[in-house]
Parts: sequence; C-alpha cells; structure tokens
Amino acid sequence: MANVTLRSLVKHYDETPAVRGIDLNIADKEFVVLVGPSGCGKTTTLRMIAGLEDITEGDVVIGEHVVNDVPPKDRDIAMVFQNYALYPHMTVYENMSFGLRLKKVSKEEIARRVENAARILSITELLDRKPKQLSGGQRQRVAMGRAIVRDPKVFLFDEPLSNLDAKLRVQMRTEIKKVHQKVRTTTVYVTHDQVEAMTLADRVVVMNAGRIEQVGAPNDLYHSPATKFVAGFIGSPAMNFIPCGLEEAGGGLRLNLGGGIMFPVSEERSARYRPYLSSKRLLFGLRPEDAFEQRPHLEPGQHAFEVVPEVVEPLGMETLVFFAIGGVEICARVNPDCGARPGAPLKLVADLRHMHLIDDDSGRVL
Amino acid sequence: MASVIGVDPAQAGTARAGSMRGDRRRALIWSYVFLCMFVVFFLTPPLYMFITSLKSSAEVGAITNPWWVYHPTLDNYLALLTSEQYLTFFRNSAAVSVIVVVLTMLISVPAAFALARMKFWGSATLATGVFLTYLIPETLLFIPLFKIFAFFNDTFGISLINHWWVLVFIYPTLTVPFCTWIMIGYFASIPKELDEAALIDGAGYFQMLTKIFIPVALPGIIAATIFAFTVSWADFLYPMAFTTSADQMVLPAGIVSILIKGDVYNWGQIMAACLLGAAPPLIIYAFLMDYYIAGLTAGATKG
Repeated sequence: MANVTLRSLVKHYDETPAVRGIDLNIADKEFVVLVGPSGCGKTTTLRMIAGLEDITEGDVVIGEHVVNDVPPKDRDIAMVFQNYALYPHMTVYENMSFGLRLKKVSKEEIARRVENAARILSITELLDRKPKQLSGGQRQRVAMGRAIVRDPKVFLFDEPLSNLDAKLRVQMRTEIKKVHQKVRTTTVYVTHDQVEAMTLADRVVVMNAGRIEQVGAPNDLYHSPATKFVAGFIGSPAMNFIPCGLEEAGGGLRLNLGGGIMFPVSEERSARYRPYLSSKRLLFGLRPEDAFEQRPHLEPGQHAFEVVPEVVEPLGMETLVFFAIGGVEICARVNPDCGARPGAPLKLVADLRHMHLIDDDSGRVL
Repeated sequence: MASVIGVDPAQAGTARAGSMRGDRRRALIWSYVFLCMFVVFFLTPPLYMFITSLKSSAEVGAITNPWWVYHPTLDNYLALLTSEQYLTFFRNSAAVSVIVVVLTMLISVPAAFALARMKFWGSATLATGVFLTYLIPETLLFIPLFKIFAFFNDTFGISLINHWWVLVFIYPTLTVPFCTWIMIGYFASIPKELDEAALIDGAGYFQMLTKIFIPVALPGIIAATIFAFTVSWADFLYPMAFTTSADQMVLPAGIVSILIKGDVYNWGQIMAACLLGAAPPLIIYAFLMDYYIAGLTAGATKG
C-alpha cells in the first residue's frame, strides 16, 4: 500500500513530446483514472509509473522512494494489459503464480494466494485451463488475478476493458470496482472511455495533448468543468456549445445566442461575467439534459425557448431532439411523451442554473 | 427453341448450383493433375533408388527392364551394414549433426532473442546482416575457408584439414544465420506485452528467454532444429573438400568415395547407402512435421 506522486513528469520520444509536465498526487488506496483521447499521453504516463518507459524529466515517487531508475520488477507494482498478455503456454494457475515463483515464495504461500485471488474473481474452476480455452472476460479476470496475487503497492490498468464487447465491458467494470473495494490497493487506471472513468474513479484525471486538463471527483468534473475540453469530453451526449454574445440589458446581462434566442444572466453570475462584456468569442455551454420539454411551471433560472427539431431519436427512457441554433447542432433530452416531431415547432426549457460560459480563446470555463 | 427460352426458375437455380459444382470439380481435377506430376517428379528418383538397391551388380549391368527386379537381393544392405567403414560414416554424420544442431541452437536462439527484443544500437542492421550472410553460397566460401585453415596451420600449428570434427565448426556458418533469421521472425511475432508482463512479474532477460520465449516459440525452434539437422546431415561440398581419409568422412562424402572405385560404380550399394542415409531425417520429419509446418507458417503470416 502506498501513495504515488508524479512530479513535473515529461516524456519525449526523440523530439516528439508525449507527456509535457504532469504533477499528480495519488493517495494511498485511491482509485485514479487517467482519461483522454488517444495520443494524450495517458498510457505513456502509466508506463512511466510502471518503469516500462524511460523518464525524460521529472520524478515518479512510489511510497517514499523516487523510482525513476528502479527496474519494473523492484517497483512492487502489478499491471493489467489491454490484450491481457497471459503466458499462452501456462495454465491459469501458472500464469497467476509466475511472479511469485520467480520470487521463490514457498509453494504453500503461492497456493494460498492464488486460491484467494481466484475466489475473489470467481475463477477457481478455471485454474487448470490454458488461456486459449478462456473467453475474453475470463482472460481479463486471470490478468487481474495475476496482479492481485502479487499483493503489490500499486495496480496499473492499461485500458483493460477495450477488447471486450459492450455488455461484458459493463460487467467487468463493476467487477473491477468490487475487486478494488475488497483489496483496496492504490490503483491507476487508463482509459479513453469517459463512462468507465466516471464510474470507476475516486478521482478522474482528464488529460489532453500531454497535459492534465483537470483533476477531480467524477461529479465535480461533470458539474464544474474547468475547461472547454473537459466540458466536452465528460458526459454523453456531449455538452452543447453555442457561440453567443454577452450584452448589457436593463442593468443586468444577457446572452444572445442568435436566432432571436436570448437568456438573462443570473445576478451571481453577472458579476463573474462582466469583465468579458467585450469578448468576441464566447461559447454558451449547456448539457443536453439541461434542455428539456416545457413543464407546467418554470423554476427560477429556467427559461423557455422555441425550436424546430430536425431529428428526433427515441431511446425509450428519453428522447434526444436535435435542432440548430445559428447553424450549430444542438441536442436536448426530452420526455418521450412530449410529442416531439421533426419539423414541428417545439417549446423547450433551458435550465440556466447549470449553464457554462466559455472563453473560446483560452478554452477556460468562466 | 421455345423450351430453351422457357426455362423455369427452379431449373435455372439448380443449373447454377450445378455449374458451381462443375467449377469446383474442374479446380479439383487440375489440383490432382499437378499434385500427381509433383509426386511423380519427386518420388521417381527414390523409387528408382529402391529398385536398384535390391539388384545385384550383375543385374544392374544386364540389359533388362530397369524398373523391375527379377532377382531381388538384400546383399547390398547386408554388405553396408556389416562394413566398418559405412558404419563409421554413419557415426561421424550423427555426431556432426547432433553437435551442430546443439551448437546452432545455443547460438541462434539467444542471438535471435537479442536481435528481436533488446533494442540496441545497430540491432536492425545486424539482423539484416545475419540474413545476408546466409545468402553467400558455400561454393564461394570453401576456398577462403581453406585459406583460413592454412593460416591457422601456419600460425598455431593446428591442422584443421581432414578431421570430422572440423565440420562441427564449419556447418554453423550455414545453419546459424538461417536459424537466427527464422527465430527473429518468430520471436518478433510474440506480443510485446508478454515481455512487459514478465518484466513486471520480476523476470530478467534470461528468465524471459527460457521461461516465456522458448516455450512459446517452440514450434519455430523445432523448425529451426530440423533445418539445422538437414543441412548438416546432407551437406556434400564441405566434407568433400575438407576430409580425405575414410575414417574421418561423413555419409554424403563417404558414399561417393568408397563406393565409386575408379570408374567402377557399385550402383546397388550406392543406392542402398543413400536410402539408408536418408532414413534418419525422414524419421525425424515424420515425427516433427506438424511442428515444422506450424513454425514456418507462423513466421509467414505474422512477420
């Protein structure tokens, strides 16, 4: 059990920078997910923690020690790979016990640990099989079992679920969370799937272009994104971004989205937004669930507007309505019974308490 | 005419299926034609050898049907199996081949592992270089080798000519490059994550090689072994050039030198000796053929 600290971590491949300076503290027993689009440096960061990649600059600290020059086997970590990386010629038992056998752990101790891990993962009946005889989900469990038996300071997961089909992925996600609740080992998990990140993490680290965009608990990232990138990356369907103008109106401020749609800005936001009155490039950000069908009475901060849906996508529990404001496609989540039809005008409500105003030049959420 | 135009759809359907079957039939017929040609081409010489090996010298010389044995005899085989010389050739061949195979594997497996996995300065060039070495034919090499041996003799006073064990050092120049090359291809097809997993599990390079790479690449290693064995068992030029006395010879050179006396060809015994000499590789192939094919194709598709 240990905390992991990354200090100004930099990685260059020849001249190409992959990671451009990362500072991160991961507490003991914490489950941290690195998430971002491909090429954002998340896997490289994980591999530097594992010791599979040289560090160009900065430090990796595991527990008390800087481990920059410590080989992987002495870092006391375990890693689960995307393609499982099970040894094809060994049985499940041999796969799981390989590391312990190399460390010359006694036979009884090995058996005890393997059986314990197998029980946690419910793969006891698979111990005599070869990887070839296992399904994808079973292989994934074995790969996790191999990590658990080592009882390492840190678990590293490198996109462990991306080779599984959608249904199994959801199942294994829950499984991983359960395992972490039982074993409580510090975990660093890399994924490009924001749903996986949100569901698993104690804290999510959103990365982009080799840098950290924001670190925070899943709900904090969702409700208070710091940048446009985080706002657009977290949440599905993604947040709507509409170019808008900020103007003075009767002592307060209002947002002009074009197409005759204007929203007043609440008082507490006005003070924050006032310095940006002259800004030319502002974006109004609203999540699809904050634009919904008209209801009998509006709460304060909710404002009605009318649109003409272009596409209506029923999903059963809800219906997605797509329409355009000023040439930008917008998505709203409405009640399936509200009678949205393509081409027929529809009254919607925007819940401005959850809106964001983004400076498109800096990418910051204001 | 009317009946031809009025073909009903069901019949048209079966006609189409029929033409598909006909297509497959034609393909099969041609496959068999070429396979038969292949079989005839490659099996006629051994068959002819076998027929001749059952004939006495008198019958070989007589003007009879060369494809038939009128007075079959095992004398040729008996003469060889009781001949001290022939058995010496056999022993020398066996010793040379086994040692060469072991030596080749000891060199080329670690070499291939290093070239495939331990990225170091010049490893890619070196890997290509290994293969280029293999492309130089032995006919070009035996004279320079002779010169090197002469230099050795002059400098250290060690004569390397006319010893069967010298072949143990010469054959690896043929087997090591090729075996290294196929092993590089085979090792390269093993996913990178497997070594990384082993690395994290605490394996060093040596354990990674012995506990992961060799077992996983076993089919490739067996293919390489068979190749090394075949080359060192069947090579003709080097033993002809470098060994002269009968007790130092291996089979291919020995058969030619003791069974051809001047211009007298003892055909029956030559054929029997060749067939007996071909037996060991044949037996080894029969046992390891599946591995051999698996090894060659794995390299072909994943490389």
